[in-house]
Amino acid sequence: MSSNTIYLAFINNHFPPFWQNLAEDLNRCVPYPFSHLHLDLDLSLFYSGERNQYHSTYLLSTILQHVPDDGRKIIGITDVDIFIPILTFLFGEAQLNGIGAVVSTYRLRNEFYGLPPNPLLLYKRTLKEILHELGHTLGLVHCPNFECIMHSSTYVEDIDLKHEFFCARCQNIIGVNCSKS
Amino acid sequence: MRQTKILIVDDELSVRSSLEEWFLEDGFNVKSAESAEDALTKMHAGPYDLILLDIKMPGMDGITLQKKIKDIDPNAIIIIMTAYASVDTAVEALKLGAFDYVTKPFDPDDLSRLIRNALKQKDLTEENQNLKEKISELTGIDEIIGQSEEMKRVFEMVQTVAETDSTVLIRGESGTGKELIARAIHSHSKRRYFPIVAVNCGAIPETLLESELFGHEKGAFTGAQYRRKGKLELANGGTLFLDEIGDITSKMQVDLLRVLEGKRFTRLGGNEEIQVDFRLICATNKNLEKLVEQEIFREDLYYRINVFTIVIPPLRERRADILPLAEHFMRKYARSMSKPVKKFSADAQQMLLSYPWPGNVRELENAIERAMVVGKKAEIHTEDLPLHLNGGSNGSGNGVSLEEVERLHIQKVLKETGGNVTRTASLLGIDRVTLYNKLKKYGIQR
Repeated sequence: MSSNTIYLAFINNHFPPFWQNLAEDLNRCVPYPFSHLHLDLDLSLFYSGERNQYHSTYLLSTILQHVPDDGRKIIGITDVDIFIPILTFLFGEAQLNGIGAVVSTYRLRNEFYGLPPNPLLLYKRTLKEILHELGHTLGLVHCPNFECIMHSSTYVEDIDLKHEFFCARCQNIIGVNCSKS
Repeated sequence: MRQTKILIVDDELSVRSSLEEWFLEDGFNVKSAESAEDALTKMHAGPYDLILLDIKMPGMDGITLQKKIKDIDPNAIIIIMTAYASVDTAVEALKLGAFDYVTKPFDPDDLSRLIRNALKQKDLTEENQNLKEKISELTGIDEIIGQSEEMKRVFEMVQTVAETDSTVLIRGESGTGKELIARAIHSHSKRRYFPIVAVNCGAIPETLLESELFGHEKGAFTGAQYRRKGKLELANGGTLFLDEIGDITSKMQVDLLRVLEGKRFTRLGGNEEIQVDFRLICATNKNLEKLVEQEIFREDLYYRINVFTIVIPPLRERRADILPLAEHFMRKYARSMSKPVKKFSADAQQMLLSYPWPGNVRELENAIERAMVVGKKAEIHTEDLPLHLNGGSNGSGNGVSLEEVERLHIQKVLKETGGNVTRTASLLGIDRVTLYNKLKKYGIQR
């Protein structure tokens, strides 16, 4: 296993639909090997009864303790609703230019908005959110191009508008070349 | 492009760090402060585009801190962060100039929108400020040409009085540029972003002057089909420039005095009293003291308007300005007529310098405009200048009084134009009313 491996850490057996495709699809833009990891965490440690949500930053710091020796980065994937104290919710949180990130699929699900389940849409949203947070760990900040994966999303519909890759400018910044299949 | 700088002031570490992280991801330059003292130190160290301020902190509260931040940087955009329980305080902060407030925890979209709007407003404010400064530069005192010691003194007085709100009386012969001086005072005053409204009291009949100044309600008199704002109302916040103040009738003097005392008036045909706030600048070429003595001009009005006097010397008393002015007008008309900039021949310069210019700068401008129209060569020669300048070159310094020179000159130009008053006034660089007054004064028949 290469020391450049990026680990996708599925927390407490939460596997979003089509999760087996994530590594291949992420690889189109991020030229590092991806690998899977199962994490069993006691999420109650991060739970806020007052908000009925989970503290994202605490969760992220715990995830960071589980980076394998050969790992370059780790992205935790959870199905619980995450927050930071100052914001009502988050789709994900990342360390800018750092090692780790966490992505929540809780608000990516159609059911959260009273709509029928759509597994393919949930997969695309999850993929985009992972790539977005991964972009932050690679040093990218938010991009003004609304179709770029690094554009800031505060609504799930914003995520749907974005492409599944970095725009030319962001690709140039981190020195990657996304192949759009 | 400069990176937008944001300062987060909150005593809670988790709030500071999570917001820092959020804004860093947006590409902002973020700093945070854990206390009011820390925030003030950081404010002194450098300007911030945006400050997010927690309203409840131990020690100095957010409201006091906001005031101190505004003292350091009056343009700082402050967004108040508050819990639901302290919305009242946040409203107080808004009254004190905060841009907006957000209640904790924020909806990410609300926060993004708020930051976008705040920065947009900051950009617009700065752009607006820059444009105003550019306009100020374009309409400043620089457009008044004058290198003579006499005019330098006038400019100094303009700069001094512009900063105050005092009433100014500008005195000088017709055509010396009294209105330009009034505009320069206005454009250097605090009222410069409000209008300067000029009224030529001498050019408007008394009945119309009343309506012109006070405005009228619909049906106030025959023909008054619509309500109309008067010049006093239009000048609200700015400057009212009353030119030829020495020419207004006794009744208008009384009405005007009343307005100047209370800055209140009613429109013609109206009952509603209107409060206005303007700075008054008056101008006259009349000897007001003599008019007061003759009881033609009210003494109380005289004292009301004669607070700070600027006397503009006639052109013949500041000959050092003649050629620079002539060159300025030449460049001006070369631009507007799309002609190449010319030079004055030595003879033409001599002619310009020796003429007494009874119509002052206005007459000089008209002479140069004429020369630019008729001149065909690369230089302006004596023959391009109006004929009467030739006669005038010998007219000064022969023991003839100024009034006599003026009388003879008017007669000469009037003869040249075949008695056409409009054309004569234009050539002399004075308005028709002034010309009529002079014809009356000297008993000249057309």
